[in-house]
Amino acid sequence: MKSIRIGSGAGYSGDRIEPAVELAEQGDIQYLVFECLAERTIAIAQGAKRKDPAKGYDPLLEARMRAVLEPCHSRGIRIVTNMGAANPAAGAAKIREIARSLGLEGLKIAAVSGDDVLETLVSGGHRIEETGAPVAELADRLVSANAYLGAAPLVEALRAGADVVITGRVADPALFLAPQIFEFGWSMEDWDRLGKGTAVGHLLECAGQVTGGYFADPGVKDVAGLARLGFPIAEVAEDGSAVITKVAGSGGAVTTATCKEQLLYEIHDPSAYVTPDVVADFSHVTFAQEGPDRVRVAGASGRKRPDTLKVSVGYLDSYIGEGQISYAGPGAVARGRLALEIVRERLELTGVRATELRFDLIGIDSIHGDALSTAGEQEPYEVRVRVVGRADSMAEAVRIGNEVETLYTNGPASGGGATKSAKEVVAMLSALLPRALAKPAVDHVEA
Amino acid sequence: MKLRDIAHSRTGDKGDISNISVIVFDEADYPLIEAAVTPERVKALFAEVVHGEVVRYTVPSIGALNFVMQKALGGGVTRSLALDAHGKCLASALLDLDIPGRAA
Repeated sequence: MKSIRIGSGAGYSGDRIEPAVELAEQGDIQYLVFECLAERTIAIAQGAKRKDPAKGYDPLLEARMRAVLEPCHSRGIRIVTNMGAANPAAGAAKIREIARSLGLEGLKIAAVSGDDVLETLVSGGHRIEETGAPVAELADRLVSANAYLGAAPLVEALRAGADVVITGRVADPALFLAPQIFEFGWSMEDWDRLGKGTAVGHLLECAGQVTGGYFADPGVKDVAGLARLGFPIAEVAEDGSAVITKVAGSGGAVTTATCKEQLLYEIHDPSAYVTPDVVADFSHVTFAQEGPDRVRVAGASGRKRPDTLKVSVGYLDSYIGEGQISYAGPGAVARGRLALEIVRERLELTGVRATELRFDLIGIDSIHGDALSTAGEQEPYEVRVRVVGRADSMAEAVRIGNEVETLYTNGPASGGGATKSAKEVVAMLSALLPRALAKPAVDHVEA
Repeated sequence: MKLRDIAHSRTGDKGDISNISVIVFDEADYPLIEAAVTPERVKALFAEVVHGEVVRYTVPSIGALNFVMQKALGGGVTRSLALDAHGKCLASALLDLDIPGRAA
């Protein structure tokens, strides 16, 4: 029975690069997939594209491609990635430029576009899922609207012989499902196999998170070699059966426990994981340890795909201002609490128009509040004060951090290390778009 | 006994929704967590953090529960004022839950 090996070269935009090189050089893989597009990354990339039409692709695209293009090219490994972000065409042009500079002639690059549905969404009277309000009401605050495309245009690109497929917003598992559909000739309506292939994609999409990354808990769940964590490989057979593994000798571990944590990561109903390609069912999945760092996954299935595509809508939401300052030594917590009280009173006195405020003592109650923290059980040696707030303008947001900074000369004794910041917030909402209204396209360039 | 003695956990985020898995190390312990870790207990534990509904899904084939918690992330990672905007620290907090020990 035919089988292929797919490697996962990145679990997010800023991920490590060496494990991907290790996969290309020692992984005996046919596909290297980079998943680099978080929910809000594409909205930020849209901003970059607006300032410069040649930008808007992933900031690490150049570094990654310089590192893996040659080892992939020389071994015939095909690359699939969503590093195109807001601008797959510009990403493809950049890859061509890098390939030429590396002397890799004849490299075929395919750019998948069509996920940008901003105009369609605004003109069509569509509504925001969370609020029920018309998308058009966001008016000039709208930054981006990108539909989650499925595997079909990626399969088309692979069929046309692309060595590198670069996309914008595509459902994460679809990046991994496309090579399986292409290699095994699966029907786009073989829901059972698409469900199995989606499970493999979901296990691989966060890269190191299935090989022991984000898992270690010393004394309870120990993982060796995290500084040189190996990224995962899936060995998939044409019947959809699969083994998750990694490069021998790399750090980390592939165990049934690491696989179980990743299977449920960012999943809601395990029996209905909705993607553009299939409604996958993970509720009967089983894992079996077949050997060291080899886990067999079985039992995934699927049902008919939905008629709508999920769209991520980015909009200018607000401005966040923040200030922090530290207190140490005896009485540090009392001075920290006094500092918070002073800032609270100052924000009122000076009329700062904040729509939401938060007062944290870092090291005491900043993560889950008083109810879950051990505040009061023992006095820490140091505490960091944090005040953060939301405002409708940058000028108001800046005033929040300023009030923390003035604690230097006006607040409790021995405050140190004050920092402040203010930023514009692009927030995300979602909408559903009838599938037929998104029109994926594939463009080819050659180095 | 603490939940941490028999189970591990990971948190994920989507918009303003947080999900927490609870997975037993030994699948024989699954009935224990199924009985002890109810959505009501999770909702009560995170009363200060989670402001929406808590729904529990069961996945006995891997000895796991999955809790889906609405309005848990201060409006979502991009607009939250929280230090832990993704809610990633929630998993460890849940493992501190007291549960009845195994029958002798």
